[in-house]
Parts: sequence; structure tokens; C-alpha cells
Amino acid sequence: MSHDSYPDAYIRGILNTVKTIAMVGISPKDNRPSYFAFKYLLDRGYNMIPVNPGQAGHEILGRKVYARLGDIPEPIDMVDVFRAAQYAPQIVAEALALKPRPQVIWMQLGVRNDEAAATAEAGGLKVVMNRCPKIEYGRLSSEISWMGVNSRTLTAKRANIFGRGVQRMSLARTTMTGGTTIDSAAAKSKGA
Amino acid sequence: MTERTPGFATLAVHAGAQPDPTTGARATPIYQTTSFVFDDVDHAASLFGLQTFGNIYTRIGNPTNAVLEERVAALEGGTAGLAVASGHAAQVVVMHVLMKPGDEFVASKKLYGGSINQFNHSFKNFGWNVVWADPDDIGTFERGITPKTKAIFIESIANPGGVITDIEAISAIAKRAGVPLIVDNTLATPYLCKPIEHGADVVVHSLTKFLGGHGNSIGGLIVDAGTFNWSREGRYPMLSQPRPEYNGIVLHETFGNFAFAIACRVLSLRDMGPALSPFNAFLILTGIETLPLRMARHCENTQAVAEWLAKHRKVAWVSYPGLPGDRYHNLAKKYAPNGAGAVFTFGLKGGYETGVKLVSNVKLFSHLANIGDTRSLIIHPASTTHKQLSDEQKTQAGAGPDVVRVSIGIEDKADIIGDLDQALEAA
Ligand SMILES: Cc1ncc(COP(=O)(O)O)c(C=O)c1O
Repeated sequence: MSHDSYPDAYIRGILNTVKTIAMVGISPKDNRPSYFAFKYLLDRGYNMIPVNPGQAGHEILGRKVYARLGDIPEPIDMVDVFRAAQYAPQIVAEALALKPRPQVIWMQLGVRNDEAAATAEAGGLKVVMNRCPKIEYGRLSSEISWMGVNSRTLTAKRANIFGRGVQRMSLARTTMTGGTTIDSAAAKSKGA
Repeated sequence: MTERTPGFATLAVHAGAQPDPTTGARATPIYQTTSFVFDDVDHAASLFGLQTFGNIYTRIGNPTNAVLEERVAALEGGTAGLAVASGHAAQVVVMHVLMKPGDEFVASKKLYGGSINQFNHSFKNFGWNVVWADPDDIGTFERGITPKTKAIFIESIANPGGVITDIEAISAIAKRAGVPLIVDNTLATPYLCKPIEHGADVVVHSLTKFLGGHGNSIGGLIVDAGTFNWSREGRYPMLSQPRPEYNGIVLHETFGNFAFAIACRVLSLRDMGPALSPFNAFLILTGIETLPLRMARHCENTQAVAEWLAKHRKVAWVSYPGLPGDRYHNLAKKYAPNGAGAVFTFGLKGGYETGVKLVSNVKLFSHLANIGDTRSLIIHPASTTHKQLSDEQKTQAGAGPDVVRVSIGIEDKADIIGDLDQALEAA
């Protein structure tokens, strides 16, 4: 799997299958990107579990915080890594030790660790790096288009409303096989 | 599975648009409303806190405008766009995010005259100081850089036409200086030139011209290339510092490679206020659907008119980079290989009097001060837009007594040439 660019179908497949997401490194502060992403995904129906040793035992957005992945008492489908790239190998090791194993390791926008990715993939997990699941959800549902963002999707099919109010869209949207989520910085440095 | 990247003409028709989710309307609806109801209280709070995507109030965003924003961002190959009320508003909004009083930016002196005025006078009232550089002497850009420099500003094809700027050479200077390169791509449109591919970090447009293309709406647009690191050295605090007006969030860290477009929207457009009317956005979007067809025809006609004028006995010179002998011909081949645009100037041997007669004699050309219309347009700057200047100042501004500017339309080229022919004969 190339990690410079992901087909939309790959990202959509992941966001459509996973239900329980553990976010490692979530901040309790309501102005931090991790808090935004957590809140957004919670609002889109994902079962979100905060992981942060400093906050263990407290609650974030009404969800109980765990110190580490191994403490979570239910199976998780995806681990969202909101930590610097250097911590990724350790988080992947913890994820691989879980029973059952999660299906996906997702490293946040700005986080990329190819070694950790290779370990996870060798263990049968899917990997996404240097992306934000909130942005990808917004892109593939078309919500992010309201902000003038280039969603790199194209379609003659109607988008679908999520079901609560009208300003939330669902991932049940058909697009032309067109967009790939290109990491422009990576593409550029390769081209140069 | 390999996924196809849609081509330019497909993007021009489709990017950003989809059938309306609630009614199935296929054309982009004109959401002619000031405001949008919230789904619930928490949703409202999330919207105001920039925690979710959605619509609040048309000064900050509107679904019709959003289609236009995504359309142009896709055509330019950027990460996001922001529509504003005019090309000039786009320039104010961009600079408001980058500059503080006392800061400087280096700008090409070959720019649309209105931009020269805006930079020389209005911007100075904000304490944003322009340092002029000459695109024919690239070293002047490098020499214009100081520790206070926050940006470089150029036009890809410069109005009044005939000048092609060496974007890559100036981008290299911007990169060395650690400042973003802003390119006004109004005259070229992304059909002829994509500045981001040549190193632009921000692209601005007057949609009023070829993008809208029909002479019916004023509008402007900003495209974020997603290429600039706003957080390095903390020189762009609007992007890299916690924002007190948004509960301390840091825009660059929160929005990544489209943070500049978001900053333009939620700080600059929100507070300065030059929002685009959704009705204008609709008209401009309709125009963009035919951009590739129109630009090809504009350029074909312009090449023919320029070649014809170059041979005319009453014409002293023609400044069009599409002509083989032109000093910008090689740059045109590199940056605008599909045509050097549709705006250019030429000189009349008969000087001022002949210029006045020519613009009075034309019957198909419209005598007015715009460019980028389906219709062919003509102006004699010395007797109109630049009349108040001295002869010396006129010549310096490229508006000498003999100079005529045309913007060639998409009519039949025989009719365009025929009109100039009869008007020159009688001049
Ligand atoms: C190259 C260029 N940039 C900017 C502008 C300003 O655009 P607007 O008139 O939409 O404010 C113009 C208008 O003539 C222009 O030609």
C-alpha cells in the first residue's frame, strides 16, 4: 500500500466499516484539533473511546477516558493516533496485542511513521497515515464542500442527509472513481 | 484499482456541484438567503467554534458560493477556495491575513492599474507597504526583500496584456525568502496557466473577467495551494497563534493544508465583510462551465487579430506574446502554451487623434473599461482611464497617447477584423 496517496474507495471503505474508534492522545481542551475530531466523529455516530493516561478516569464529552488501549473493556475497530510520529511504533505494538485485534491504524494529519505502518500491515491491519478522519469524512460525505474545500470528488448523484437535521451528510454517496486523497507535500517532494 | 483524475473540461462543468440533496435540483440552486437554521443548540455551538462544517450566515459562507469556491480550487489544483465580492476584495482579504502595520510586500510593477492604485494608496493607509519590482529584471524582486517582507505579488499574464511573468524564477526567490508567492491569474485563467504548478502558494482572481466571462457579474476568488508552511518562525500569527476570537484555536494546526483559505474566511471575510452575492456566484458558475470552449476561441481569435494588426499600415507595433517576434514569446510558450490570452495593446502611428477616432468608429467592439467578455472590447487609455496623467506619466504606465487596448471576444473573427478594418480606415 502506497502511503503518499490513497484511493477514495479505501478511505470510504474504512470509514464505512469501523464502528468503535479509540483516539489515543485526545486532549480534554475544547480548542484542540483532537477534541474537534473526537466530537465530530461522535456526532456522526461512531462509538468514540478517549485514551490519555493523564486523563484516565475522567470523562471527555461524556465518554470515559482510559489510560491505554489494553484497558478498554470492549473490542475496538480502529485506533486513531493523535500522538507524534515517534510514539506510533509503541501504539501499534499495543494495538497488535489486543484480542481481538483492531482492523485499522489511522495516524493523524502530520503523523507518519513508515516503520510502524509496516509492522501494522504485517499484522494484517489496514493503515492510513497523515490524514484526519474528520476531514476525510467531510470530504467523502461532501460536507467539507460547504467550506470551499476541494473535495477531489465528482458525482452526478445526490448526496445523502445523515438523518439528524439537514447540515449533516452521510457517507452513503456515490462518486465517480475520480478522486484520490493526494498528500500534496509528499507528491511534491517526490517530484522535485 | 487505479482511479481516474477527471480532466479540465469535466472539472469545469462538475467540480463542487452535485444534485441538491433535498430537492434533486440539478443546476446549482441560488441559495438567496442571509442565514441558515441550526439543527440544534449543540450544532450551532459547533459551527461557531469551527468544530464542524456547515452554514451559518452568508457573509461567512453560502452553499451557492461554496460550489464556485470548490470549482475554481479544483481547476487551479488548490486545496480550497474562498469567493468574495470582487477581485480587489480578494486582494484585501489575502493581505489582511498576512500583513500587520509596518509590514512590506514585493509586487511586480506590471499589474492591472487598479491594483497599482490599491497597493500605492489604500493599502498604505493600513500600514501595508508595497515595494515595487520589475518582472523584466528578476533580481529586483530579490533586492526588494527585507526582514519585514511578508509576501510577493505578481500577475501571470499582466493586464493590459502582453507581459508574461516568469513565475518559477520568482517562486524560487519567494522560497528563499520564506514568504508566500501570490499570483493574480485573472487574465490567464487556469485554462491557460496553472500558477500552483509553477510554485504559487496563493492564487487570486477577478472572476469579473474570463472566469465569469459574460460581462455580467463582479466577483473575486482566493485559492489556497496548500503548499506554504505558515507556522515556521511564527511570522504569520493569524495562522500560527491561538486566535482569541475563536476560543484559542490555532488555524494552521486545526485545518492543515487548507488553513489559509479558512483564515481568509473566518478572520478576514467575516470581519472585513466583502461577501459575494449568491446570485453573482450562480452566474459566474454558469460561465465557468464553458471556460475551456471560450478560452480556446478567445485565443484563436486574438492570435488572428494580432497577426492582422501587425501587418496593418496604420499600426506601429503590437504587443502580444503569441506573436513569434514578441519579447515574451518564449515565456508564453512555457507558461501559456495553449494561447497567450485575449487582452493586448497596440500602437497607432497616428497617435492620440487616431486613437480617439478608432474607438469612436468601431461598431462591433464596445468602448468600455472592462476585459474578459464574450464581446470584443476596446479602450484608448490616454483619453479615458489615464486622461488625468501627464504625457510622461501616461507613457510610463504603458498608456502613451498612441496605445489602444483590446479584449478580443468570441464572435466570428472575420467580423472582429472587419470592424477594426473599417474603423482604422476611417481613422
Ligand atoms: C488582473 C486584474 N486583477 C484584479 C482586477 C480587479 O478585479 P475587480 O474589478 O473584480 O475588483 C482586475 C480588474 O480589471 C484585473 O484585470
